[in-house]
Amino acid sequence: MTPRDDGGKIHVPDAPFRPGEEASFENWPWKPGDFPKPDPKNCHFQDTVELANGLVRVLDDDGNASGEWNPGLTSEQLLTGLEHMVRLRIFDDRMMKMQRTGLLSFYMRSLGEEAVAIAQTMALEEQDWIFPTYRQPGAQFVRGRDMVSMICHCIGNVEDNIKGRQMPVHYSYREGRFISVSSPVGTQFSQAVGVSLASSYKGLDEVTITWIGDGASAEGDYHYALNFASVFNAPVILNLVNNQWAISTHSNFATGMGSFASRGIPFGLASIRVDGNDFLALYSVTKWARERAASGSGATHIEVLTYRTGAHSSSDDPSRYRPKDEHTKWPGGDPVDRLKEHLIKLGEWSEDQHKELEERIDGEVIEAYKEAVKFGDLANGPYPSADTIFTEVYEEMPWHLKEQHDEMMGD
Amino acid sequence: MLDSDPDVIIFGEDVGYFGGVFRTTDGLQEKHGSHRVFDSPLSEGGIAATAFGMGLNGLRPVVEIQFADYIFPAYDQIVNEMAKVRHRSGGEFWSPVTLRTPAGGGIRGGHHHSQSPESQFTHTPGLKVVYCSTPYNAKGLLISAIECNDPVVFFEPKRCYRGPFYGDPHNVPTWSEHPEAEVPEGHYRIPLGEARVAQQGSDCTVISWGAMVHVCEQAIRDSGVSCDLIDLQTLVPWDREAIVSSVEKTGRCVIVHEAPKTSGFGAEMAASILERCFYHLEAPIERVTGWDTPFPHTTEWDYMPGPSRIAAAIVKTQEE
Repeated sequence: MTPRDDGGKIHVPDAPFRPGEEASFENWPWKPGDFPKPDPKNCHFQDTVELANGLVRVLDDDGNASGEWNPGLTSEQLLTGLEHMVRLRIFDDRMMKMQRTGLLSFYMRSLGEEAVAIAQTMALEEQDWIFPTYRQPGAQFVRGRDMVSMICHCIGNVEDNIKGRQMPVHYSYREGRFISVSSPVGTQFSQAVGVSLASSYKGLDEVTITWIGDGASAEGDYHYALNFASVFNAPVILNLVNNQWAISTHSNFATGMGSFASRGIPFGLASIRVDGNDFLALYSVTKWARERAASGSGATHIEVLTYRTGAHSSSDDPSRYRPKDEHTKWPGGDPVDRLKEHLIKLGEWSEDQHKELEERIDGEVIEAYKEAVKFGDLANGPYPSADTIFTEVYEEMPWHLKEQHDEMMGD
Repeated sequence: MLDSDPDVIIFGEDVGYFGGVFRTTDGLQEKHGSHRVFDSPLSEGGIAATAFGMGLNGLRPVVEIQFADYIFPAYDQIVNEMAKVRHRSGGEFWSPVTLRTPAGGGIRGGHHHSQSPESQFTHTPGLKVVYCSTPYNAKGLLISAIECNDPVVFFEPKRCYRGPFYGDPHNVPTWSEHPEAEVPEGHYRIPLGEARVAQQGSDCTVISWGAMVHVCEQAIRDSGVSCDLIDLQTLVPWDREAIVSSVEKTGRCVIVHEAPKTSGFGAEMAASILERCFYHLEAPIERVTGWDTPFPHTTEWDYMPGPSRIAAAIVKTQEE
């Protein structure tokens, strides 16, 4: 055997920056107005190649909105979006504190990614189906879910609508067409295509939206989804949220290509990369994808380019694998700050008003929290009754479960 | 079912235009249209996931996994998703998918066209598991599976598509003479969870499912012992009462399945029978199964339980 010149080694990628190093991202070359907006109903997927390799932005670094992708939202809509984002951030903070005091077992914040689910859900119609991961709980605020009910789920008390059966943040909210979150990452992506095809089959004006992380996009389910969506022309919006990090695994390990959006092109799907911290761009791109799906022109594959400012979960310590201040160097900035700046630029908002909003919401969250813990918490109970272990495993309880149920209950 | 329920749709590999590699969906696309019966990409994981999503949104998909050996790319979707969604969502969501899959050996299919992986699904809470054996129960059980609001993995013994299989590969009859081959027109159900007593006897209970039911019939004839032959039909939930009352009557029991012995579903049954019938048993419970090896190609008749092994086990239970 002749040895190879390089002595034999596997090329293993690395994250761009590690603890102790100075993170420094190049500023994005793309500005609002760089990309035209094709006709969502009639454009060919090849017409989106530039959008997949570029980055759709509406808000510039100074909080000004411009370009064809500017959705032209009213200040009322913008303020609603801002309020939802602030609510989610404060809600997450409160839940994280509760986790630290043992009142819930585990938590996952959306910090830095609040715009994703909120802007995108606001761009949909109320009959559209939402198939989220654990990083899109914000969609529930848009769909009107009561915060008390969300907290009751997270602390697994007697009012948890899923009866203490899943870890916190694994919400299910049928009323809001928000489908049960599952831990195995990526599975929802291909399922969402099925949900959307059922709408096609029934001839209903319903679109399904789903998300996957950069890390999970290495799973087979991601590729099944793109392929089935393409083959069956599914009315689905397939978002890949590239937040740079899958726990400690950098997105360089999820693709050798550098970019994710353009992966949709060889599947024959319209593909767009969007600034995920730009509320307006996200809204606009999602609206475009919804219009395309509803018109029968098929799915859109969207890379939502963002940064996971917080830890993966309450069990994670990112200072072990990335510079602590890396998020402050992210060229996309912070989604809440950027929408706030924009509203201030428009003369519709002020720092004082923002502060008042934060205080008001903080009060709401504390009220909701107090209300929720009346029904128990994970540290102290009461918990859902033990027999909920056996219910809803099947539509009707079969004999072997009845027998085990009776054994557990001491009957 | 396609006629009576507009929510039923069929898809899978080769099931549409061609009608399936085993012809089980032959003519359905022509009759019901390609929007209801269609081919899918070669992607078992994608088929299961898509079916699951359709089920969440009100449809009743009946999908085919062409060989049970190829079901494993879909395993996560079946075990973690379909089987769990009703429970994990507090009953807010469910998905009534029926996954049909040809299983078992006897067609010279080698390892990857012959396995019988039912016990990899019976160990999954939330799933129902069915294994048909005759044309009559295939239809009645399949209708029950499709109408069931829980996900069902439906095994079809591929050896039996053409005829009952009595264990002699050189003499394979067709269904034409078999009493269970008569399939009534129209809707009828065989309830999930009910076993079929294929024949009645007094001295031994033989329990099996799938193609092995017919091999057991032959083995009982060869053994000369008067046996109850119980075709389990549904593995989860299984019909314990039928088994217990038979074993209490006969005091002896032989369990037969094609799948490997270790952790096979026969082990679960044997344990349950011991719990329930210990004082009625006159002899140890016998298990006749496939070996704990990969399924062979040319030597498959040495792998699959045949009439002689089964008959020997039946006779052994009588030696007290």
